[in-house]
Amino acid sequence: MSQEIKLRVSNIEKSFPGVKALNKIDFVVRKGTVHALCGENGAGKSTLMKIINGIYKPDAGQIFIDEKPVKIQNPIQAASYGIAMIAQELNYVPEMSVEENLFLGRLPVNRFGKVDWKKLRRDTLKFLQDEGLPYEPDQKLKTLTVSDIQMLEIIKAVSNNASIIVMDEPTSSITQREVEKLFEKIAMLKEKGVSIIYISHKLDEVFHIADDITVFRDGTVVDSRSAKDFTMDEVIALMVGRKITNVYPKEECPIGETILEVENLYSKGIFKDITFHVKKGEIVGFAGLVGAGRTEVMRSLFGLDPITSGKVKIHGEEIKIQSVHDSIANKMVMLSEDRRRYGIIPVRSVMENASISSLKKFFYGGHWHAKQEKEMVSRYFQKMSVKTPSLETTIQSLSGGNQQKVLLAKWMILEPDILILDEPTRGVDVGAKFEIYKLMTEMAKQGKSVIMVSSELPELIGMCDRIYVMNKGRITGELQRDEFTQEKIMKYAT
Amino acid sequence: MKESFLKKNKIMEKYSIFIVLILMFIICSVLNGNFLTKNNLINVARQLAVGTILAYGEMILIISGMLDLSAGSVLALSGVLSVSLYKATGSLAAAFLIAILVAVVCNLINAGMITHFNAPPFIATLAMSTVARGAALLYTKGQNILQLGDYVVFGQGDILGIPIPIIFLIVITVIIYYLLRHTALGRSLYAIGGNEEAAIASGIKVKLAKYKVFMINGILVGIAGVLFMSRVNAGLPNGAVGYEMEGLTAAIVGGTSFSGGVGTTMGTLAGSFIIGCLNNIMNLTGVDSYVQQIVKGAIIALAVIWDIRSKSKKTSKLILVEEKQEKQLNLNTN
Repeated sequence: MSQEIKLRVSNIEKSFPGVKALNKIDFVVRKGTVHALCGENGAGKSTLMKIINGIYKPDAGQIFIDEKPVKIQNPIQAASYGIAMIAQELNYVPEMSVEENLFLGRLPVNRFGKVDWKKLRRDTLKFLQDEGLPYEPDQKLKTLTVSDIQMLEIIKAVSNNASIIVMDEPTSSITQREVEKLFEKIAMLKEKGVSIIYISHKLDEVFHIADDITVFRDGTVVDSRSAKDFTMDEVIALMVGRKITNVYPKEECPIGETILEVENLYSKGIFKDITFHVKKGEIVGFAGLVGAGRTEVMRSLFGLDPITSGKVKIHGEEIKIQSVHDSIANKMVMLSEDRRRYGIIPVRSVMENASISSLKKFFYGGHWHAKQEKEMVSRYFQKMSVKTPSLETTIQSLSGGNQQKVLLAKWMILEPDILILDEPTRGVDVGAKFEIYKLMTEMAKQGKSVIMVSSELPELIGMCDRIYVMNKGRITGELQRDEFTQEKIMKYAT
Repeated sequence: MKESFLKKNKIMEKYSIFIVLILMFIICSVLNGNFLTKNNLINVARQLAVGTILAYGEMILIISGMLDLSAGSVLALSGVLSVSLYKATGSLAAAFLIAILVAVVCNLINAGMITHFNAPPFIATLAMSTVARGAALLYTKGQNILQLGDYVVFGQGDILGIPIPIIFLIVITVIIYYLLRHTALGRSLYAIGGNEEAAIASGIKVKLAKYKVFMINGILVGIAGVLFMSRVNAGLPNGAVGYEMEGLTAAIVGGTSFSGGVGTTMGTLAGSFIIGCLNNIMNLTGVDSYVQQIVKGAIIALAVIWDIRSKSKKTSKLILVEEKQEKQLNLNTN
């Protein structure tokens, strides 16, 4: 491994009106290594990455590339210094072909300015072959998986001669197998001398792949050294600035009678023979690979998608769920996996977002009871420790973790009996994760039932009483708490 | 410090449109002595009534992520039917109700096309616009209906010295304000326009809400139809062409965001008055009517650019304030 320094960030400071976002940031990225940045949301990682990519200008400090001072004014300039950014939310044009996306903004043209489609096809084919990707150049990008699109982005960066690639939460929406593929790719890039800045909340991945780790907290670097010299607990403690003694606040609580029974739920071409039950006071997990049909089952159960056939019973009574309205009436609620799409109403206030599902609670007798709304929302915000400047702040300006907590508060106001959580901790920081686990435990203690869909096995194993495993649209296994192991779950899942 | 910064920002954002309106009043009264006379102002308000009522309809639709391009044509159709029913029966009440009924039916068809056949609101209401205009012309055989008799009371009469159109405008303003601020439907509309999929996943009956909002728009268009025909003292099948654009303009100038989920009654009222005053002062000072059009267009462009700019600034500042706050809270808990 090389000791040669590729990127040096020295004394970087950045303030925004009334806020010191970054304070004297110092660290180095060595050539051909993976450098992980850890820290909670809002710790300053993304601000720093935006400075490196030329989106923000620093107030003070200097960036060196190959030990030469550089001034990066905009992302195009950053690219010319060999810096590439793979964002968490991938940027691509779904209706355009693989080749067009790959060469977007730099399509080869002839001297009359006409696109040279033949050259484009040749170059694309060469790339796809080199990378071993089984796609046609004229295939529309929307037909590819998230992981393949990500891979294309990386290839695109490399083909642009990138020598520093920033990856922001690259594994947040890809499967375990795809993660391995990504890691193989990263290893290859390292060998070519490319430096990777790897931002992730998943510490096991960080420790698997990183050569060096820098921990951020509150706009400062609290520690930066070789990954070998860190333990995972140390990193967590540094990140949150306090010790989290128990990652999973699971408590054993009495399990009561069956509350939810699902029999032979069937949706043509999507899932089949889905039969399961959930008891009072129970936390039931759904494991499986991405695409196994877990989210689809939950969406149908919640009334978002139609089913072809099957029965749903709550408290032993068969109910027809045709819309979300029906499931809310039966005290069953669901936190969606896609917060931006099915969760938040970005331009409206946190209060409106929290009360949107319980309009009837506040609108009766012909008018709106604003005071009651305010009290109720504040109470639940406090309970969930939502951090917001005010109740009128628009939800889009909160961090992911806080948005998630607002959405949970929205459902808690309805006092549900059954809480379905689909990937509740995706993209949220350690602190917010812990709050969500605590809420689950709290619900179970009150005799409510929780269903958790998650792709993170440790959290399923840590929190659940029972786990169903799904594969290809069917339930392939059911495990009790004393039989939980990652190996067993993976066996059923594949 | 950050709180006062936030607050100041919010106050500016909330009231800037009214500051513009007040400035406009001052400038107009300086430019022309006739502007600030009671007669002129009442005249402005009377002229504005129809446009503002249509603007409220457009506003609630834009807030819900839709719009109505058929307002002007449906206004004409319901207006001519109302006028001819009055001439046949002599009943003002029946004439008033038929206008509302016709406009509501047209709007429920709009809603049906949009909710059940997933037609984009732009296309659905554009189609309705053509159909309604055609129906109005067919029914009247293209002839204006003249000599309306007592029908003119809606547009020209007054109660206790206040012109009836202004009374309609005030009552409707109060109702729309109440609808948006103090009802569950109001909240649902903001949610639907802000993120329709999230609204569905939150248990809001989105289709029903869309029917309701189009129905309300229908009532407003019907009333506007009666006021319009009665003010001009004729049933004009070719009248009110392009009035939906006037309504859209007022709503947008008043801060209603075309991306949905944002807009207020008072903002739209102010937007409508800003345009009305502008028209009035340009008339009073003898500005060429073609130049007037150019000025109006420029104002729409400015309003939209201003809206987008202030929005992007606001969000980025808020995120930072929030990050900082979070940090401080983190420190406190440690």
